[in-house]
Amino acid sequence: MTRQPVHFYQVGSFAVGNRLLDRAERTIQSDEARTDSLDCGHRACQGCGEALGARYALDAAMRATSGQLIAVNATGCLEVFSTPYPETSWRIAWLHSLFGNAPAVATGVAAALKVKGRAEVRVVAQAGDGGTVDIGFGCLSGMFERNDDVLFICYDNEAYMNTGVQRSGATPPAARTATTEAVGPDPGNVFGQGKDMARLAMAHGIAYVATATVADLHDLEGKVERAMLHHGARYLHILVPCPLGWGSASNETIHVARLAQETGLFPVYEAEYGVVTGVSAIRHRTPVDEYLSLQGRYRHLFGEHGRPDIIARIQDLADENIARYGLLDPSRVLSTNGAQS
Amino acid sequence: MLRQIEGSRAVAETVARCRPEVVCAYPISPQTHIIEAIGAMVKAGTLSPCEFINVESEFAAMSVSIGASATGARSYTATASQGLLFMLEAVYNASGLGLPIVMTLANRAIGAPINIWNDHSDAMAARDAGWIQLFAETNQEAADLHVQAFRLAEELSVPVMVCMDGFILTHAVEGIDVPEQRDVDDFLPPYEPRHVLDPQHPTSIGAMVGPEAFTEVRYLSHLRQLDALELIPDLAARFAAAFGRDSGGLVHEYRTEDAATVVVAMGSVLGTIKDAVDRRRDAGDRVGVVGITTFRPFPFDAVRRALRGAETVIVVEKAFSVGFGGVLSTDVAMATHDQSLSLRTVIAGLGGRAILQDSLETLLVDGVQGRLDGVTFLGLDHDIVDRERQRIASQRRSGSTAENILGDLGVVASRIA
Amino acid sequence: MNRALGVGVVPRQREGGQSMFQVRIHGRGGQGVVTAAELLSMAAFAEGRFSQAFPSFGSERTGAPVVSFCRIDDRPIRSREPVIVPNALVIQDVTLLHQVDLFAGFPDDGYLLINTSKNFEELGLGEFVRRFDSRRLRTCPATELAQEHLGRPLPNAALLGGFAALTGQITLEAIQAAIRERFSAVAGERNAAAAAAAYQLVNETTEEFSHASTD
Repeated sequence: MTRQPVHFYQVGSFAVGNRLLDRAERTIQSDEARTDSLDCGHRACQGCGEALGARYALDAAMRATSGQLIAVNATGCLEVFSTPYPETSWRIAWLHSLFGNAPAVATGVAAALKVKGRAEVRVVAQAGDGGTVDIGFGCLSGMFERNDDVLFICYDNEAYMNTGVQRSGATPPAARTATTEAVGPDPGNVFGQGKDMARLAMAHGIAYVATATVADLHDLEGKVERAMLHHGARYLHILVPCPLGWGSASNETIHVARLAQETGLFPVYEAEYGVVTGVSAIRHRTPVDEYLSLQGRYRHLFGEHGRPDIIARIQDLADENIARYGLLDPSRVLSTNGAQS
Repeated sequence: MLRQIEGSRAVAETVARCRPEVVCAYPISPQTHIIEAIGAMVKAGTLSPCEFINVESEFAAMSVSIGASATGARSYTATASQGLLFMLEAVYNASGLGLPIVMTLANRAIGAPINIWNDHSDAMAARDAGWIQLFAETNQEAADLHVQAFRLAEELSVPVMVCMDGFILTHAVEGIDVPEQRDVDDFLPPYEPRHVLDPQHPTSIGAMVGPEAFTEVRYLSHLRQLDALELIPDLAARFAAAFGRDSGGLVHEYRTEDAATVVVAMGSVLGTIKDAVDRRRDAGDRVGVVGITTFRPFPFDAVRRALRGAETVIVVEKAFSVGFGGVLSTDVAMATHDQSLSLRTVIAGLGGRAILQDSLETLLVDGVQGRLDGVTFLGLDHDIVDRERQRIASQRRSGSTAENILGDLGVVASRIA
Repeated sequence: MNRALGVGVVPRQREGGQSMFQVRIHGRGGQGVVTAAELLSMAAFAEGRFSQAFPSFGSERTGAPVVSFCRIDDRPIRSREPVIVPNALVIQDVTLLHQVDLFAGFPDDGYLLINTSKNFEELGLGEFVRRFDSRRLRTCPATELAQEHLGRPLPNAALLGGFAALTGQITLEAIQAAIRERFSAVAGERNAAAAAAAYQLVNETTEEFSHASTD
């Protein structure tokens, strides 16, 4: 099917007004009948990427399952700001697990549904990057290995934010955190560490793995919907900027997320059974400086005592991703319904 | 039907007859025979509908149980020692959420030094976690307690752990009457949860509770446990009526009517103690035994009543709080604090060291004659201890005590007891 | 000699009038030491008696010394201690003789059954066994019998047959019934045959000692 890309730019972004699309192609967020799974009234910071990502993802999951959904949530920012006792901003069935066991608790929920003959009810487990790649890794790997029927969503803001911005296994090199301070000859997080969680998920051979950001709503919703078409273990890794932890402006969350993708630092792609099946191409290749300079956690790389050498190393990482995933290849643009165009 | 079978087998068959819907397990000695048997039953279809999940750790085992129970499924798991510690965060979580999970704890010592044999240190590590803790004296009681445990847990919304001595009970073959399916069905109604995850009636479970309400939540769970002090004897009576034998309850007494010296203990050692008590009774000593079956909630009133006539109470326990003393002893001391009696602690059986009837008889003789110290470590090899203390004093080196004293112990395999 | 009861049987009473019979079995991991005690307990159960069998071992390891215990009584058995004073001692592996204190607690009137094709003298136990009741001591080539009947050197079932003959505590029929219940059809029959062969052998053999004591 040939499609005419709509070149109608509003407010400097690629966000196409939904009213210009057919109803069927509009986002779920634009639908008044959306669930608002994570409703207003929560206590997230202004500009919180995770609050945005969670609402996007769960509303899409609720749409895909006709509301037959149970969510399990690890300890972290999302759990804390969404349920300030005695209030809750969740409109869906929701269970807070512990920090490291959201995947296992979700496995239990799925098992109970199965044994009770209610397999039409689906299960989503969600956690931040800490609860996914570090403390949750054992349980996550176990859930993947058993191919339990759970969609696991990681909201990656690249550090332990709720406890005060400490380094996690997802913290990128050179980023300042409270436990990788921007001091000394190697300021910020160390190079040569970290886990590529999406690839680790792929290595388990599970049915569906995808990365996404809060900058591309269509893409994110589409991935959730496609994930819910599969049964068995599935993984979705969403980049969610944290203004507080990243030191970015609270009104630039989506912009920063887009730059993460456009620089190549955060590759956006889909995979099935361990093989990459589609990639979101970079539209305008952007040098990493533009991305890094918007964030206080990289402040030490700029200015009078800046570190152009570190920026260059970060650029190398971006270039490696671009090469590895073919991020500049226009034929690999992923349209919203998953078809290559 | 009465059969000569292994304790683990009896427990597995009994649990299966309780119709658990989700069973998850991570293997650890000495619980393996229980979960293997249940797994085989699920695989063969004799236990159905049931999801049997091979989890990747004990932490996952309790976590899966939590998710399943919160979704309304009857959930069961089993562990011991290190496994219990590994899941301890989730153990507290389960009771805090009021989930009626039943777990078998095949009592085993906690390392370091690593030790796979029986003592009660694992149960003691979880005694404040808000779970009901029951201790079986025999394999028959171990099997029976599971039937009562599911009903107890589900009526109170409190998780229950059934403790049975690892190897001593789990791996012993004896005559056990595994309850029949129809009798279990009569005794144990289906699980009807109060609060469940359901998209039809969405609710948020597990929110953070601040200082303004946490105390009340904890107090309410305490009250629920205290409710168990009434429900447990009630269930034991109903069980006796339905199955024709005494199992469970808070405490049970043996020859305490006119006993001036009473031994208090938990678990399988009670059998050996009763034999020792009979021997001393034959010799004219007025001695008796109080077996504590329900450890949490602690049956203060029942213990106080059972010990009201005693002059000397000897608590024989398989647990020890390093730097403090006996664990069970402390609870018994609290129960009897306003009674004038002399309480003696005997730490025995740590790490699986055999508790011999002869030693117990000597203990009773010493107890009756008032010769016992406040705390006695039964069978302690003072030579080894003294030599190690001298070694430490002579050279400033840290390191594992176990490795240091190996030279003194000789080949462990040559010891029978 | 009352063959119905067994070769060397002199009915024993424990102090205090109890009739408990305690057995201790020594061997190595992989030789079926634990199973032997369990089978013995099942046989006793089948004959309407109370019985308890349990092991003393560590993590699974082939070749490591293993001890198992079995108690048989006409009253419910409460004790959980290991068998300190064995009325009967069964030794499945003679290589343990100088490694483990096998005879700890062995009473003067105890029954001893050793799996070996040698005799006591050849085992270096000639002096040692003289203090005991020679009617109650036997060697039995159980491994060879097992090899012959099972094709595998697993001596536990054969030794149980020998035990039945020696002590009279249990009938051969009960042992064989337990064996058939525990093992598959073919293995059950073969093990039962090995047990019968050992039973017969122990019944027929008499040990001769230099200066053997008799009473």
